Amino acid sequence: MLNFSLSDDQIALRDMVRKFVQQDIIPNAAKFDESGEFPKEIINKAWELGLMNIAIPEKFGGMGLGIIEDVVISEELGAGCLGMTTSIAVNTLALYPILIGGTEAQIEEFAVPFLSSPKLAAFCLTEPGSGSDAGSLSTMAKEEGDHFVVNGSKMWITNAGHAELFTVFCTTNKDLKTKGIICLVIPANTPGISLGKHENKLGQRCSDTRALTFENVRVPKKNMIGKFGEGFKIAMRTLDRTRTPIAAGAVGAARSAMIYAKNYSKERKQFGQPIANFQAIQFMLADMAVNIESARLLCYKSAWLIDNGQEEQGGYFSALAKRHAADMAMEAATNAVQIYGGYGYTKEYPVEKIMRDVKLVQIYEGTSQIQRVVIARHLLKD
Amino acid sequence: MNILVLLKQVPDTETKIRITSDKKNIETTDLKWIINPYDEFAIEEGLKTKERLKEGTVTVVTVGPTRTVEALRTAVAMGADNAIHVKVEETLDTYLVAKALAEVCKKEGAQIIFTGKQAIDDDQAATFGYVAELLQYPSVTLAVKCDVSVDKTKATIEQEGDSGAKNIIETSLPAVIAVTKGINTPRYASLPGIMKAKKKEIKTYSMADLGLGSETSKTIDSDYQLPPERAAGKKLTGDIPTQVKELVRLLREEAKVI
Repeated sequence: MLNFSLSDDQIALRDMVRKFVQQDIIPNAAKFDESGEFPKEIINKAWELGLMNIAIPEKFGGMGLGIIEDVVISEELGAGCLGMTTSIAVNTLALYPILIGGTEAQIEEFAVPFLSSPKLAAFCLTEPGSGSDAGSLSTMAKEEGDHFVVNGSKMWITNAGHAELFTVFCTTNKDLKTKGIICLVIPANTPGISLGKHENKLGQRCSDTRALTFENVRVPKKNMIGKFGEGFKIAMRTLDRTRTPIAAGAVGAARSAMIYAKNYSKERKQFGQPIANFQAIQFMLADMAVNIESARLLCYKSAWLIDNGQEEQGGYFSALAKRHAADMAMEAATNAVQIYGGYGYTKEYPVEKIMRDVKLVQIYEGTSQIQRVVIARHLLKD
Repeated sequence: MNILVLLKQVPDTETKIRITSDKKNIETTDLKWIINPYDEFAIEEGLKTKERLKEGTVTVVTVGPTRTVEALRTAVAMGADNAIHVKVEETLDTYLVAKALAEVCKKEGAQIIFTGKQAIDDDQAATFGYVAELLQYPSVTLAVKCDVSVDKTKATIEQEGDSGAKNIIETSLPAVIAVTKGINTPRYASLPGIMKAKKKEIKTYSMADLGLGSETSKTIDSDYQLPPERAAGKKLTGDIPTQVKELVRLLREEAKVI
């Protein structure tokens, strides 16, 4: 019953994304990294290829694909540029709350339009004062007749400057803690929303990251996803689905770091021979291989569990996958720079960018420490 | 308009080629297969032609073992409407492949036939000519542009000549157009395309179905050899004037470029 092979379609999908990455992403990655410009054309192309919004069910005209396909896509994109991977992946993150908690009418109204044009959406959970402790968020949604009036700020919102739709988590009553949280879908052109500046980041520099401020933003009640107090649960169930593809992006980045380092170590000669002959180099490469393969297996397993309805176990495995993938990718990228030596520290070679890019994977969508908290809590619960 | 595209599945360009022990073929186990890149241009040109005419069907055809269905599915995922597989397990020579392709073209009532100018595995550049000859259709190769007239009776083709010259050729249709790099940029097989392609029914013929059951190959591959290992580069020594003299001599006598 154990089977580690991808289906023919998944292989076709992987090969297609790999080709797209080779032809469109890798040749442009350094340029967008340097300028921090938003790669809209590349994102549009990813949309045309059907790599975005893949979770929208078939009955709504989508493809209804699972986490495993998302993982396959993310690993390949991650092997090219994690900044672009993040920009492309965020639609899935922003639309999942609607797919998970929305009514059919809400899915039709808010999610389905993303199938007909390359529009972007943004997921708004984190705030200036609430990161890892997401449940303590304080963006306020006050009921006023058939509307909510939203006030507050969100932080580190990916694609914020280009999104047409925001999925926003707010509280109706902070005393209720997580039970007071609701999820609202807010069109970006609603009056009262202002955008912060494009953050100048260490890595993933082409992804658009901004603060968002809501000032007396009026949102119709029909835009609430799920019931009162279900917002936090919807956010967590969403993150259980996106954590694994994020981990897979790091697997792709680590894979690229390893291939670059391997090739370089065979060319670079010191002490009269290729440095690949030295055990110090070989051990770094060998560790990369072990970690990449094991992280990929964790990604596949967690994806498989969620796709097969074992959501709770899948959520646990997604924490294992993300902790391992993010941390090992950071180590692999650091060691790839080490193998390149001084050359690796310059922008002439691709490995320093991978090192800067993967650092973020240890931070966003749950830090590596939070993943450990989740894992330990699961272990110690009985 | 009935647009046919003839394609061949070839080993990936990055494959390391090994020869079978009897030297009659290359090792095909563990090879990664791709659509011949020139045929990818042909698929794209078929799709573009349909788009420009705003009507028509694009049918892709290949001759080969079961694995070649994968190439057809990729073409369908790119947007081809139909796929036809002439299933043969043994290796056929160009003549027989062309015979089979020509029969399919006849059956399908092809109004224009696109294919690559050559396949990158054996580089024979023969199939388009054979097929055209067998069908008694005109053929044009090295096409870098192809415009089909509104009434679909003729096509104007820009042909890449030697030393960058361009020839403009007008041909009646049906015709076989062999395309080369520069004619277009092949689109990717999209994810919805891939999903659709897996459900697509692929029409399969045997050689007998095409009335070619008793035909045999006219040529036999008897002795494959790997190209000689590339010699190491030459390093010139001595003082600069000596090196320059030697370099000029080598460029003149060995490389024959000056």
